[in-house]
Amino acid sequence: MSEFALQRVAERFPDAVVQGYAYRGDETLVIQREHLVEVARFCKDDPELDLKLPLSVTCVDFIDEKPRFELVYTLYSITKKHHLRLKVRVGEDDPTVPSTISVWRGMDWWERYCWDMYGIRFSDRGPMKRLWMYEEFEGHPLRKDFPLRGRQPLIPEADIQDIYRGPGPGPGSPPASRSNPPRPSQLPIVK
Amino acid sequence: MAQEFITTRREEAQGFLERMVSRGLGWARKYSLFTYPFATACCGMEFMSISGARYDIARFGAEFPRFSPRQADMLMVIGTINLKQAPILKRVYEQMAEPKWVVAFGVCASSGGFYDNYAVLQGIDKIIPVDVYIPGCPPRPEQVLDGLILLQEKIQAQSHKLIDRHPPAPETVRPAGRDLLIGGTK
Amino acid sequence: MPDNHEIADTSAVGALDAPLPRKTMSINMGPSHPASHGTVRFNIELDGENIVKLDPEIGFLHRGFEKSCENVTWQQCLPYTDRLNYVSALCNNFGFLTAIEKLAGIEIPERAKYIRTIGAEIHRLCDHLTCVGAMGMELGGFAPFLYAVEARELLWDRIAELTGARVTTSFGRIGGVERDLPEGWVQKVEDTLVKVEEFRHEIDELLTHNRIFIDRTRGTGVLSAEDAVDFGFTGPMLRASGVDYDVRKAHPYWVYDRVQFRVPLGTTGDNFDRYYMRMAEMEESISILRQCFAQMQPGPHIVDDWRFVLPPKPQVYSTIEGVIGHFKLIMEGVKIPKGECYSFTESPNGELGWYLVSDGSGRPYKVHCRAPGIQMVGALEHMVKGSLLPDLIPTFDAINMIGGEVEQ
Repeated sequence: MSEFALQRVAERFPDAVVQGYAYRGDETLVIQREHLVEVARFCKDDPELDLKLPLSVTCVDFIDEKPRFELVYTLYSITKKHHLRLKVRVGEDDPTVPSTISVWRGMDWWERYCWDMYGIRFSDRGPMKRLWMYEEFEGHPLRKDFPLRGRQPLIPEADIQDIYRGPGPGPGSPPASRSNPPRPSQLPIVK
Repeated sequence: MAQEFITTRREEAQGFLERMVSRGLGWARKYSLFTYPFATACCGMEFMSISGARYDIARFGAEFPRFSPRQADMLMVIGTINLKQAPILKRVYEQMAEPKWVVAFGVCASSGGFYDNYAVLQGIDKIIPVDVYIPGCPPRPEQVLDGLILLQEKIQAQSHKLIDRHPPAPETVRPAGRDLLIGGTK
Repeated sequence: MPDNHEIADTSAVGALDAPLPRKTMSINMGPSHPASHGTVRFNIELDGENIVKLDPEIGFLHRGFEKSCENVTWQQCLPYTDRLNYVSALCNNFGFLTAIEKLAGIEIPERAKYIRTIGAEIHRLCDHLTCVGAMGMELGGFAPFLYAVEARELLWDRIAELTGARVTTSFGRIGGVERDLPEGWVQKVEDTLVKVEEFRHEIDELLTHNRIFIDRTRGTGVLSAEDAVDFGFTGPMLRASGVDYDVRKAHPYWVYDRVQFRVPLGTTGDNFDRYYMRMAEMEESISILRQCFAQMQPGPHIVDDWRFVLPPKPQVYSTIEGVIGHFKLIMEGVKIPKGECYSFTESPNGELGWYLVSDGSGRPYKVHCRAPGIQMVGALEHMVKGSLLPDLIPTFDAINMIGGEVEQ
């Protein structure tokens, strides 16, 4: 991870960068979503940065904050041996982000994962298909307000009850720890 | 059989013949199981181990995996079945011809394992009938072979009627939903 | 319904002399298929035997790893991480723990680093043996598979003595490893390595100069170095295309800076190079293991900090601090300070990255595993487009897609 990368991007795109910091040795840049593709292309093409290897795109759901979603792009340069992390915040009302597959083709499936699990739309690419869940699934499972056990079966299932349930939480019961308040995804499903 | 009824000699004779035939069929079937290894996850590694030379499943007669459901008689569901895979599993089970047995290999197939979440089917017995459950995450190969021996005992003990006076009703319910086996690029 | 695509006929000379209109055939190599390791569905459009379009559909093993991790404590995530790349579970475990330690700022003792390296290299051997054996089996040779499985069994016996389980180990704890090496284990592993070398040599003899294997793998699934980098490949797949990037050399972690090993590099980026990467890496792993055994010194195997590590049992049963420490760690989870980090190790398939977000409580806020296989399966279409359908098989095998990590 390198300080140098942070400074270089910040010099070149002063209006795109919201914040730059390093925590535990990882350099991170928070940028505006409109400038994402430009910054990404600069990161890839600039000979000093040379961030050609796209590692992943992921999304974190800060349900208590606005804007809610934070997209995290992790990039690496094989020649310069440094990582860089780009973060973009998008709100729940308009979760659209320009797609970076024109810059790195390897981001394709990771963007599909963000759509499937969090509902982030990516513009300038073909229609998004779900990656892990089936198309009939409704909702985006990794969002914090999606219940952990929100199963949507495709075929009818036989209703087999537990014969013996040992100690510990089961489906529908509150979580074991008293000190951590239950997150929305841990609450029992009330249909 | 708790009922009291008067047997005629014809029925006794038939009972004897049926038992002999059942025993013979049971013997033949249990030592020539053709497995359909429906392998998905980590338990597949243990399945590879039992197919290998050390924990040899071939000595039990169950050597050949038959990757066509029409040719297989033992459906071994190895690993986690999730809700996307469930219709496919059911379809494969329906395509197999009688007699067929199902072995749930591993806890994920038996009950969902420790994946009690939005994506995983909590046990394949919710969609298909299971004969033997082999717990373990993944089960040691010795445990799998023990399960196989239990299945063989079950097969040996099955009775067969020579004339089936009350055939079971045909299954009329087709599972709803997208037909996942018809492919094509979309 | 499958689409039928007409192929444009540009050389029409007359109705009777015109070539016959051809349509492509759509077939489905379904999720339960003998040649697809793990459950992947390919929607393939074929023109004759050439692949025109290939669409891999995954998700048949999605087990909700990230969501499950968010609902349990940090230590309880460990078994979930085993089942990601289940052929080399120790690499996943230790990678995850390294990420937590980076976020918490803990430094693990030397012996723990050696034990982690040893565990990871043994499981690297297992993974490569599985990949090479399966590749041989898919292309028609059952014998390499049997040798690979037997070699793997020998290694699993050693792993079972160390960790208690063969496949899904859940070894390693935050701050080190769960237990120290058993008595006499090192000598047993040395003997096992001799046998594993023999098996590796057998497989090498059977496959590397085998005419059929070479015909099937040379020149198929070719990917140039630039494309490989653009698609985000790492690990043996990237090195087969000629790009020298190995996390163990570029950013050494644990004890990789103290052992000597070479990193094999391929030239053409085809399936044969990828297979050969794995064979060569097996030799290097065996050499690393021997050096680790020679260099290791006795010492503590876990850090002595009760905020992260369970107190020793005699104290749990006799002192009140021990009881409370144990209770809080189990009931509330290890409290990792708030923040995020990205940590990466070299797993047998490539760079296994972990992006962790902690909110200061005992449960993770987000655990993201950057699985090396995802981008490789995404690039599959690019690799086999235009080639024959049977070329898909060695390409897919060489990727070594492990369903657990690609679909988490």
